[in-house]
Amino acid sequence: MKILVCISNVPDTTTKIKFKEDNKVFDTTGVQWIINPWDELALTRALELKEGSGGKIEKVSVALVGDKSSEPTIRKALAIGADDAFRVDTDPGDSFYVATQLKEIAKDYDIVLCGIESSDYTSSAVGGMLSEMLEWPSVSSVSRLNIEGDDVSIRREIDGGQEIVSSQMPFVGIVQKGIALEPRIPAMRGIMMARKKPLNVLEPIEAETLTEYENFEMPPPKAAVKLVDEENVKELVELLKNEAKAI
Amino acid sequence: MSVLVYTENWDGKFKKLSFELVSYAKAIADQLNTEAVAVSIGNVEEDELKKLGNYGAKKIFNVQDEKLKNLANQPYAKIIAQVAEKEDANVLVFANNFTGKAVAPRVSVKLKAGLAGGVIELPSSLDPFMVKRKVFTNKAFANIKIKSEKKVLTLFQNSFEIKETENAASIENFTPEFSDADFRTEVKEVNKVTGKILLTDAEIVVSGGRGMKSPEKWEPLEELAEVLGGATACSRPVSDEGWRPHEEHVGQTGKIIAPNLYIALGISGAIQHLGGVSSSKIIVAVNTDKDAPIFEAADYGIVGDVHKILPQFIEAVKEVKAEG
Ligand SMILES: Cc1cc2nc3c(=O)[nH]c(=O)nc-3n(C[C@H](O)[C@H](O)[C@H](O)COP(=O)(O)OP(=O)(O)OC[C@H]3O[C@@H](n4cnc5c(N)ncnc54)[C@H](O)[C@@H]3O)c2cc1C
Repeated sequence: MKILVCISNVPDTTTKIKFKEDNKVFDTTGVQWIINPWDELALTRALELKEGSGGKIEKVSVALVGDKSSEPTIRKALAIGADDAFRVDTDPGDSFYVATQLKEIAKDYDIVLCGIESSDYTSSAVGGMLSEMLEWPSVSSVSRLNIEGDDVSIRREIDGGQEIVSSQMPFVGIVQKGIALEPRIPAMRGIMMARKKPLNVLEPIEAETLTEYENFEMPPPKAAVKLVDEENVKELVELLKNEAKAI
Repeated sequence: MSVLVYTENWDGKFKKLSFELVSYAKAIADQLNTEAVAVSIGNVEEDELKKLGNYGAKKIFNVQDEKLKNLANQPYAKIIAQVAEKEDANVLVFANNFTGKAVAPRVSVKLKAGLAGGVIELPSSLDPFMVKRKVFTNKAFANIKIKSEKKVLTLFQNSFEIKETENAASIENFTPEFSDADFRTEVKEVNKVTGKILLTDAEIVVSGGRGMKSPEKWEPLEELAEVLGGATACSRPVSDEGWRPHEEHVGQTGKIIAPNLYIALGISGAIQHLGGVSSSKIIVAVNTDKDAPIFEAADYGIVGDVHKILPQFIEAVKEVKAEG
């Protein structure tokens, strides 16, 4: 059995977002790049499953669509413990384009994991699109994943609760918080070994994008906070009622 | 041509979100000089279905089948795509919630329709089709152009005004084509809290951070939520520590909410926290540190100790409510 984790290369979550060229382009000056937090958790869980499988899960791979500048992120995934990696050497375009590229790699796997969204363009779409292109079942908002023999048991978050869902293989799991407690941190040995692990660079296949960013905007600046004295809590409540009309 | 909206139900009932989606679909239909059509999957009574008409749905496709009781992404997407084809839908509208995010991308592949997730406004132009959506975990907006003939949109919660209209909708039972092979996932168990206001539905949310100090100190926070008729939430370290259930965790890696009023108690306002709450209409912060970043995001605030302020806050709400 083989697991593929799709990863994306995103700005660190504390990044101050800026745009340039008339707000048409995301300004990457000074940006630290990381593995998308959900993808990192998915990878961590995939490795835990492999280690606990008694050899049944032979391999955990990672795949990324992006140019050469995303290689440190892939190396990090290998250092965390992925066995090998694929990079489709092209600009990510849009979700449809990325899913089309990933499909070529994913079709040889039994389980494909994607993060519920990427913290940059936040589309929440690649995993779902990929599953449809593969004509595989998908389960989204996965917060727990267990595999025993050929049985896949998934906990899915729903409004106000959770469901336990079983799925046939192959399938795409779209994961969120809970799938693993903490992302695994690469150890020195892992970093050394990562250099020797295969990183396959693939040429993109012909595909189209269906969407395009025209430009970006920052939210309008917020008015300064109105402070109320701590001895006068009632004034705050009155403001909330009469001025903000919020209660 | 038409605009198709998928209206999810919760134990056979619709909620505010459903009506927001229908109002949005109707407004796009008006822009396009066409009609809004809704599709409902699962067991919903006719009276409930009719409600969608009050917000502008002209026709409601009702898909009932025991097999479709629980969400299964693959057959749901198939059915919605079938209705879209039958109605020649150009634009499809979903919620940007668990279900919408699960199904919309699959439908978009079936129809080869470009997808814009988390949209917050009506399209600003129809040709080319341009719409505004949230990006960078709600820190910025993007104007995105959808180039395909068909379009799939997921609407960010609480971003469009609900509008009632005079309109009689027709209800049509729709028998989709699917086979057993479409059901490759199965729901074994459902665990849901009942009788509590859901965090994602709440108009008022009272949220606690590490400044609350310990799980035993949550009682007054819960009482404040209760007197305000709101739900409770927390920051990530609070749920990581197990002080509060993880369902309450809001922020970039937790739930994204957009209530009318968000009250942050002992929360520093880290950028990842704000990513999940900054769409709230009004933010109130209580924090001992006047330089805490939460005050930059807040509309109202008190610099002070939350444990001293909470009892007064509760009393003041009771008094103001009693004054009417
Ligand atoms: C990848 C990533 C994702 C993350 N996702 C999330 C997320 O989704 N949600 C989230 O919340 N965080 C998230 N975080 C964590 C985030 O960075 C912060 O660490 C976290 O939000 C801080 O929580 P807090 O405000 O409760 O605690 P602190 O930052 O410790 O703040 C406590 C606050 O309480 C105040 N305080 C102390 N005592 C009192 C008192 N008696 N009365 C009043 N105020 C008091 C302090 O002044 C301080 O401002 C994420 C971090 C990373 C790296």
